Amino acid sequence: MSMDRRKFLKVAGISSILGFGASVASATHPTWQPALRPDQMDRNKEALTAKRWAMVVDMTRFKTEEDFTKTINACHTIHNVPDFRKPDGTVDKKFEIKWIWNTTYEKAFPGMEERKYQSEHIKDMPFMVLCNHCTNPACVRVCPTKATYKLATGITMQDMHRCIGCRFCMAACPYGARSFNWIDPRRAANLDPAKGGKVNKEYPTRTKGVVEKCTFCTERLAVGKMPACVEAAPKGALIFGDLDDPSSEIRQIVSNKLTIRRKPELGTGPAIYYLIGGGDHA
Amino acid sequence: MKIYNKGPVFLGIVIFLALALFPFYNNFGKANKKLDIKTDTPAILEYEKVNGKKECVEPKAYMRGEHMVLINNWRDAVVRDDNRGYLSSTGKRWNMSLQNGCMQCHSNKKKFCDECHNYMAVKPFCWDCHIQPVEKEETQS
Repeated sequence: MSMDRRKFLKVAGISSILGFGASVASATHPTWQPALRPDQMDRNKEALTAKRWAMVVDMTRFKTEEDFTKTINACHTIHNVPDFRKPDGTVDKKFEIKWIWNTTYEKAFPGMEERKYQSEHIKDMPFMVLCNHCTNPACVRVCPTKATYKLATGITMQDMHRCIGCRFCMAACPYGARSFNWIDPRRAANLDPAKGGKVNKEYPTRTKGVVEKCTFCTERLAVGKMPACVEAAPKGALIFGDLDDPSSEIRQIVSNKLTIRRKPELGTGPAIYYLIGGGDHA
Repeated sequence: MKIYNKGPVFLGIVIFLALALFPFYNNFGKANKKLDIKTDTPAILEYEKVNGKKECVEPKAYMRGEHMVLINNWRDAVVRDDNRGYLSSTGKRWNMSLQNGCMQCHSNKKKFCDECHNYMAVKPFCWDCHIQPVEKEETQS
């Protein structure tokens, strides 16, 4: 079949218009929409809302070992996080699940040259770390099923219903904030009633084969409560608020004091800010 | 007409029919067993007392046929959109939650969920993660 110049241009023109139209439609179509109609949904009136939830960790307020364990336990008890132990009572690192935990300064802030001259106190101090709820999270980019995604409030959420357990997100996260359920979490001594454990009946557990992490307590924010760790930590140690609101306490701190973030050079935009002491004018 | 090997042939036919018809005679009379779905939990009776009637989130016929769709939509709205209030066609607002919503009234999973799910041979995996209510029969056994 032969085609004259005029016909060829017509066909080419129409197909490029159609192609352009389709690309515009797919780009403007929202990627996620619940199947309920907007008039069927009604957000909780008492919910705490923000444009950008963020947290300041004031390390000077964590004084004792107990300050840390209290904070961690509050989170892990409420969210039914399994606590797998070896027979000798130490944490079984192979199966460990953590939403908020302690690490060393060196591991939390690698590559800081001034570390050499930092006081022994800061070098040896345990640092409270959790998911950084990044602005540009690596985990969300790599997730093949969109099981992890950003909420409009800046929270990096994890949808356990959709997670296929591929662990790409764990490889992508530069903060080690994600844990994989190698075995059924309900077998852990702290959750299994047969082993004297107890679950929080208002929150689900996870199942074998999914990745989990801190969610900034979306379920508590929705009913007007602060995250569990913020409530349990010593007063003023964890400051949670809307970074986008110029009058919020957290914004004041981040604006006026010297705070550091974990690995900001990676460009993920972490939203956990650390005050490591040295006075207000540091 | 002559049939060769009569004995084994008829024996074979009888064995075949016995195996092929096994599902029919084995389930004879059982298929029509009435489902014993209970909606008489303390929470529901209390609701009936206060409101004068039993009612679910949506009308009964819709819940029977479409509850799985509704629950999936609830899940998507809550998890993906962080939106937790459901405005039903009956004009009421309900908290979209399985553990803290549905199961607060329907605390009898065995006689409510399982009764029908077993009959239909469907195995939803809700309870791999979500925590089911503690039932009396369970604690006694």
